[in-house]
Amino acid sequence: MSRTVTPAPARPVPPPVIRTTRRPWRRSTREALTAYAFAAPFVILFVALLVIPLGYAGYLSLYREQLVGGKVFAGLANYRQALDDPLFRDSVLRMARFLVIQVPVMLGAALFFALALDSGRLRFPRLIRLGIFIPYAIPSVIAALMWGYLYGPDFGPFAQLARGVGLDAPGFLTPDWILASLANIVTWEFIGYNMIILFAALQSIPPTLYEAAAMDGAGAWRIAWHIKIPAIRQALMLSVIFSVIGTFQLFNEPKLLAGIAPDAISASYTPNMYAYTLAFTNQEVNYASAVSFLLGVVIVVVSYAVQLASHRRARRS
Amino acid sequence: MKSPNTGRRSRLFTTAVGGLALLVLTACSGGSSNGAGGGTTKSVDMAAELKKPATIEFWSWLDGIEDEVKLFEKKYPNIKVKVVNAGQPSAEYPKLRTALKAGSGAPDVVQLETHEVPSFTITKSLLDLAPYGADKIRSKFPGWTWDQVSQGSSVYAIPQDSGPMGMLYRKDIFDKYHIKVPTTWAEFATAAEKLHKADPKAYLTNIPPTNGTVYTGLLWQAGSRPFKSTTATNLRVGIDDSAARKVSDYWSGLIESGNVSTDPDFNDQWYRGLASGKYATWLTAAWGPMFLQGTAKKTAGKWRVAPLPQWNAKEPASGNMGGSTSAVIRTSKHPAAAAALAQFLNSDPASTKMLASKQSLFPATTAQLNDPKFLDQSLPFFGGQKVNRVFSDIAKTVKTDFTWSPFQDYVFNTFNETVGKAMTRRQNLTAALTQWQDSVTGYAKKQGFTVS
Repeated sequence: MSRTVTPAPARPVPPPVIRTTRRPWRRSTREALTAYAFAAPFVILFVALLVIPLGYAGYLSLYREQLVGGKVFAGLANYRQALDDPLFRDSVLRMARFLVIQVPVMLGAALFFALALDSGRLRFPRLIRLGIFIPYAIPSVIAALMWGYLYGPDFGPFAQLARGVGLDAPGFLTPDWILASLANIVTWEFIGYNMIILFAALQSIPPTLYEAAAMDGAGAWRIAWHIKIPAIRQALMLSVIFSVIGTFQLFNEPKLLAGIAPDAISASYTPNMYAYTLAFTNQEVNYASAVSFLLGVVIVVVSYAVQLASHRRARRS
Repeated sequence: MKSPNTGRRSRLFTTAVGGLALLVLTACSGGSSNGAGGGTTKSVDMAAELKKPATIEFWSWLDGIEDEVKLFEKKYPNIKVKVVNAGQPSAEYPKLRTALKAGSGAPDVVQLETHEVPSFTITKSLLDLAPYGADKIRSKFPGWTWDQVSQGSSVYAIPQDSGPMGMLYRKDIFDKYHIKVPTTWAEFATAAEKLHKADPKAYLTNIPPTNGTVYTGLLWQAGSRPFKSTTATNLRVGIDDSAARKVSDYWSGLIESGNVSTDPDFNDQWYRGLASGKYATWLTAAWGPMFLQGTAKKTAGKWRVAPLPQWNAKEPASGNMGGSTSAVIRTSKHPAAAAALAQFLNSDPASTKMLASKQSLFPATTAQLNDPKFLDQSLPFFGGQKVNRVFSDIAKTVKTDFTWSPFQDYVFNTFNETVGKAMTRRQNLTAALTQWQDSVTGYAKKQGFTVS
């Protein structure tokens, strides 16, 4: 087999000692410009839709406007008020509780399904994958309306079933159970989404690792536990962070259920609902801005804490 | 309008994502502008103004309002009107407020519920229509209706329809259990007990915990006067006055006994309740009969209409619930054309007749209220009863000195959080009434009012 191996085109070796600084500088400028041009659409949108509104919200949050007496500079008074506001504090704590219970359940289930699909032992894997993913494709407003009907104490199917066998209708919409009912809706909506993220990550693990492990005598469970899960740690982290952000910003589902469970879901049930009520019902736009800003701070802090904790664990192991 | 509360239902569809959404929206604004129009006391030469070409935008949630608008365009061919359905009240107001804050995007003419007029007047968003000829049509409306939209010589909206409250009841259920139509609240309580005992699944009525307009209507009937402002910056808040306490004690008893239900209204569950006979009466406004025909078709012929039960049978009284108006936004570039539309729609005989017959609005003008054709219309859904005549008689008993707060959204929202919550939990309403009073007082002070 005669085959001339053509050497890879030699990279231009930078002149070792003397170097005219102008030309490379020019080239790097051009490269930089190209890079900026590519980034521009994102940067423009980012600035227009995020940075400027954020700045404006920050500006608004420093003022106070009254129906009588107009607009005055208030400094940090809105923030002080928000920190002392039991309604805001309760809404954040409520979502923290939601987070601690709902996110592990949802991600655990997503991980389980992703591993099951990845194991290749399921029949009709595509059908199952689609089935689990479909709820994510349903708009959350529709999902909440549908669940609202299912939860209904008079005409909902569960209530009718319970009554049919002589039991009391389950109190899905009562103050004691509403958080769990909401968690159920959110879990239903987002298992598929997280499953796809995790499944994609699993697909990118080189199969040689499994072959090696199998040769060492590892079974399916050990492979999952010792190879697959550690390998998709990054993707899992991503899911956790998204879930943290999503949880604190919960709005559609409780807002819709509030119509049928008025005593269980108040206008300040979640931080975002509270900000919405303040801005649109109470006409306290400035205070709503301060509350939104503080919520942002809470999300940043919690997300960072989660990331930090996971890094430490990764380093330890 | 159909109801103040289809609002609450459609609020469900408002999917703004809270604070940030607002921030994005308001961020597009460049400061407020409260330019054109308002404040002039000289009257405008309308005939000359209306010959000028103009295109104006009109927000309304009323289906088919385009027909009345066409009559207007025919009369003033140089004016074009763009009708926009910006959603039910609670969807429309946030949009309107956002547009007003942003300084652009607000319509020229807008439909407002009567109880919202002061809330938009205080933010100086509405044009005083008096210089545009509104003072000349004052005589076409009953005095109390006019009082709801005017302050002194200023007129901030033109009444479109009104909602005197009555009682729609299921004659078949009443007959079945030998219940006499209650004429006093005492009889009503007895009937409630009798019905619920005979059929544990049925309730004489449902008192919605998510709809402050119903309860406020009942307070109005009993003589409660929650708000009174002596000057623009002074407000007397008397939500828990003695009449309101009387009403709350009464409903506390009914609710605690379990003889009436406390379901949120204008949602699927509630529609089914109306259609299935779970509720034997619906305490509602004059727009209720038409709404019911569309919602509970299967129960046709079984319903009848009567006045509300009374506190004092010798002095029949009622309250008003809902009803709406057309108002002109101050930033309108064509204030004369906009003012003309608001007035034409609601005072022109052809237009008001159409509003009453096509949109089934309960009229606001005296002429339409007394039109024999309107009064003698018999509705098969109500067993051929002349429903309009009943409500027309009720309208004469509506007490007239009731005024609204300048931040009615907040008041109704806090109702849900206080009295409404107590209703759902079957707790004492009178204690909750005090909470309602305290919240509103606190808010009023925070907004810079002197509260007495």
